[in-house]
Amino acid sequence: MADQTLRRPPLAGRQGGSAAARISMAAPATRLSLRAGADAVPALSAAFGLDLPVRPKGAASAGGRHGLWIGPDEWLLIDETGADLMALAAAVPAMHSAVDVSHRNVAILVSGPGAATAIAVGCPLDLTRLPAGAAARTVLGKAEVVLFRTGEDDYRVECWRSFAPYAFDLLVEGADDADL
Amino acid sequence: MSGANRIAGQGRLTPARTARFTFDGRSYEALEGDTVASALIANGVHLVGRSFKYHRPRGILSAGAEEPNALIDVARDKARRQPNVRATVQEVFDGMIVSSQNRWPSLAFDVGGVNNLLSPLFAAGFYYKTFMWPKAAWDKLYEPVIRHAAGLGVAPTEADPDRYAGRFAFCDVLVVGAGVAGLSAALAAAGTGARVILCDEQPEAGGALHFDGSVTIDGQPGYEWAQATTARLAAMENVTVLSRTTAFGYYNHNFVGLVERVTDHLARPERKLPRERLWQVRARRVILATGSIERHMVFANNDRPGIMLASAARTYLNHFGVAVGRRIGVYTASDSAYEAAFDLKRAGVAIAAIVDNREKPGEAVVAEARKLGIEVLAGHSVVDTKGHRRVSSMKVARNGGGSGRSIAIDALLMSAGWTPSVHLFSQSRGKVAYDAESGRFLPGAYAQDCLSVGSCNGTDALQASIEEGLAAGELMARATGYDGGDKVELRGENAFEWTGGMAGAGEGAGADTTVKAFVDFQNDVCAKDIRLAVREGMHSIEHIKRFTTNGMATDQGKLSNIHGLAIASEVLNREIPKIGLTTFRSPYTPVTFGTLISHSRGDLFDPARKTPMHEWEVAQGALFEDVGNWKRAWYYPRSGETMQDAVNRECRTVRNAAGVFDASTLGKIEVVGPDAAEFLNLMYTNAWDTLKPGRCRYGIMLREDGYVYDDGVVGRIAEDRFHVTTTTGGAPRVMNHMEDYLQTEFPHLRVWLTSTTEQWAVIAVQGPKAREIIEPLVEGIDISNEAFPHMSVREGTVCGVPARLFRMSFTGELGYEINVPADYGQAVWEAVWARAEPLGACAYGTETMHVLRAEKGYIIVGQDTDGTVTPYDAGLAWAVSKKKADFVGIRGLKRPDLVKEGRKQLVGLVTKDPGVVLEEGTQIVADPNEPKPMTMLGHVTSSYWSENCGRSIAMALIAGGQARMGQTLYAPTADRTIAVEVSDMVFIDKNGERLNG
Repeated sequence: MADQTLRRPPLAGRQGGSAAARISMAAPATRLSLRAGADAVPALSAAFGLDLPVRPKGAASAGGRHGLWIGPDEWLLIDETGADLMALAAAVPAMHSAVDVSHRNVAILVSGPGAATAIAVGCPLDLTRLPAGAAARTVLGKAEVVLFRTGEDDYRVECWRSFAPYAFDLLVEGADDADL
Repeated sequence: MSGANRIAGQGRLTPARTARFTFDGRSYEALEGDTVASALIANGVHLVGRSFKYHRPRGILSAGAEEPNALIDVARDKARRQPNVRATVQEVFDGMIVSSQNRWPSLAFDVGGVNNLLSPLFAAGFYYKTFMWPKAAWDKLYEPVIRHAAGLGVAPTEADPDRYAGRFAFCDVLVVGAGVAGLSAALAAAGTGARVILCDEQPEAGGALHFDGSVTIDGQPGYEWAQATTARLAAMENVTVLSRTTAFGYYNHNFVGLVERVTDHLARPERKLPRERLWQVRARRVILATGSIERHMVFANNDRPGIMLASAARTYLNHFGVAVGRRIGVYTASDSAYEAAFDLKRAGVAIAAIVDNREKPGEAVVAEARKLGIEVLAGHSVVDTKGHRRVSSMKVARNGGGSGRSIAIDALLMSAGWTPSVHLFSQSRGKVAYDAESGRFLPGAYAQDCLSVGSCNGTDALQASIEEGLAAGELMARATGYDGGDKVELRGENAFEWTGGMAGAGEGAGADTTVKAFVDFQNDVCAKDIRLAVREGMHSIEHIKRFTTNGMATDQGKLSNIHGLAIASEVLNREIPKIGLTTFRSPYTPVTFGTLISHSRGDLFDPARKTPMHEWEVAQGALFEDVGNWKRAWYYPRSGETMQDAVNRECRTVRNAAGVFDASTLGKIEVVGPDAAEFLNLMYTNAWDTLKPGRCRYGIMLREDGYVYDDGVVGRIAEDRFHVTTTTGGAPRVMNHMEDYLQTEFPHLRVWLTSTTEQWAVIAVQGPKAREIIEPLVEGIDISNEAFPHMSVREGTVCGVPARLFRMSFTGELGYEINVPADYGQAVWEAVWARAEPLGACAYGTETMHVLRAEKGYIIVGQDTDGTVTPYDAGLAWAVSKKKADFVGIRGLKRPDLVKEGRKQLVGLVTKDPGVVLEEGTQIVADPNEPKPMTMLGHVTSSYWSENCGRSIAMALIAGGQARMGQTLYAPTADRTIAVEVSDMVFIDKNGERLNG
């Protein structure tokens, strides 16, 4: 494994927001863009230790690992413990595509009673219809994001790394407005 | 006392809470809650502005958003200044600076008023008839003068220092308007548990209850009931109440735009507050309770200051405690104006007479007038008025003739009845229907999940409005699945049911007259202008509108529509519905640019994408250029270097030693699956099944029409895995293009696409010392020339970091591209740099990259191609497989026009004078002496000074270019003609030996 001290994640440690919604950068994680047909889902679920969701907005979590439904044959896997997801996928003979996107994405965490209002600054989704434990691919202003509601007042906003400063600053403005 | 016309004991404002403001430099006292209009009238100021075309003195016509006259300029300071604010909706705050508009040198004496005397020259449509000759005068004289004279108000030149906010919001039921009907609807909907948003443009709820003091609801005075009900709703968890919030646009699928004015009424707003907030609401159901707007009467000189809508006068009295005059006349065709007279009379104001153009006004109001001792002149009309800066008398005559008599007044109230506000309904694409009995347009067929209630739906009676609101609120909430709550019941009572109303010109302003009887105050359109338009052949209301400007600008038909239609209908002798109705457009009232832009300003205007090595590049003094949303290092000037110096040095260094280049922005797509090679065979002109794992190939991608769409190097990582690169700007569209074909044309292929552009940081090391630089950093890959030749790819580690190492070149030199996971980009770059710098290498930017690739004749898609260039035109025939049966664009390439002789082809150009650098885009001709228009052979696509060649080099698309090798052509420019020679495109290392070094 490469020397982790060499990593320079964007906006590492950045915090912001308001009393209504705190905005912070999540720690690095391993991620997989997983594509497969329905027939491979059981084998992949077993390999990752998650029941990969098969319905829109679905998400499954276990032991710091999350599988988010992104499309009919697409999942975003996130492992907060840094497990080697590519290796787990490689052991599955059923046909699939696993692509390491650990560094492509970063996550911004939005927490607090005004979290949903903060996100509404740029996200045209009705968050009352995205219950805790659900996820959706959507947009935040001009950035494409995957929005994962991890708790009643907690959201994980996954975006591509070069969009992070834009998404972070927009969420901070949303958090400020949510506090008025 | 905040103004001599404030009447003690009247109105709802608190006398002790005052605010000062200035109007045209004079200081006035107002009460908190005043609008600029109410405060000015309280201080006896009726002359507020000048009209658009004739510069006629104008006063305050209304007490609401429909105000056409009293447009003012409101400022906090130099930058916080807004023109064209309606004085009737702008609340006064302490210290506000108000100025009148469209006058010079002063409001009272306005030179532009001469237009009023010259008005015969400015008849409707005068734009289309004058200024036609001489032609040259348009640019020099007419347009500048018209531009100076036209428009109302002056925009500030400073940047707007205010902040604006915006958010998306969702609800089950959106109720627009918090009058009686809207509040009833919101109560019923909220009671079921549905999520409700209730918005109203005014500071307080109530709508018509602001002026109609006779209303009680459940025994409570109407206005108080409205405030109590709003407070109750606001306290409910499922309800959001937005005051000072206008629903300005109704779009598809119940998407409604609201603008909330947060600070415009505050003297010292907290810094953190946005000035305005844009709400983009998606509602499952919408209830429109937008009320109705009173119409004015159309008669001669109906625009003098002091002449206003009866309901406005009633609002000023009952809400603001202000009498609009001391001796007031009333001219009406509707019972509603009587109640204004009653309220004023009871408050001690003299009513000169109620002039009613109906022979038989409503009996109840006439009886009440008699009781109060007010003279009613039924069957009479006001046929003219006098008074310069304020009305001083009205001339009243018996309908159908008679000399008439003059009655002294200082204000004149008028009412021609009420026009339902169907603006939002119409914006929703609902079809209005003409109700001949009441002479008005009402909501007809609905296009969206929406209902209109109350007076905007033509429901006039109070209790009927309440019940319609309650029923709609419950129905709409239940339709979204809420079934909680008890049935809400409300009982409303009021003094009079109103009858009457008229449309069109009144007595003395008929077909045979030329008096100025205004239909549209804001645009200075008179009844005679509409008749003129019809006489000149405009028979559709859309044509009449454009010819006269009736109902344009902010009016959007609020006041002028029905009168304009009625006049046209009379002249055309056709019923109103046969003439049609103009389209109501959003916004309902003007919306600031700041609100529409909302958060998208400064850094949030557009994402600025930066690579993992960006900070290092900044520290090294790089200048950046925008490529798509990316910031790319452009060149790295050293102290004292010009751009050309820096680029020359970088170009020399790369070919003599080496250069390090940030290529992270190139698009990357991982193509994975058993059919990956077959898919790429279809997407590119090249053959991919023959490419072995560990090898790369340059690929060309076409559109269906056979033209070059994108290019890039593709590496085969494994049998079923390819690493595709695209141009920086093309990354998103190439991904979409490939995904589109995969899903629609080739769904049988077992392959998936994943964007990995941002997964990898890409460090290109190019030049004769490239291997020497990277060798000690690479583990697990034999990078010798034999084991790892040009166009190879391997996985291994670089600096201990997992990497994909490519041997490839966009410079013509020995080159590598190190791909590492993006977080490691900067550390690996620094390690490479630590090796490179002592070996005499440099960091180079995109400008040097462009020059170096041009020296080798490598094209840039989008610069050397423009969507009309085939691979054959670009000299890339070698990249088009002759064996494949199919690929995207194969049939396009066979079109006769794409294979004919003489097409523009990409060739090199060298200037006869090696020191001259052609400008990109310069046209090329064969005969520089040919008379204009000359025959253009093509144009220069790329052109640079090449330090390595010691001369300028260029690439150009030239008709039949390949057959012109060695020919002399010419580039005519503004100041000289440059002779050039057609050459091939490889200017350095023609045999390509350096690549394999």
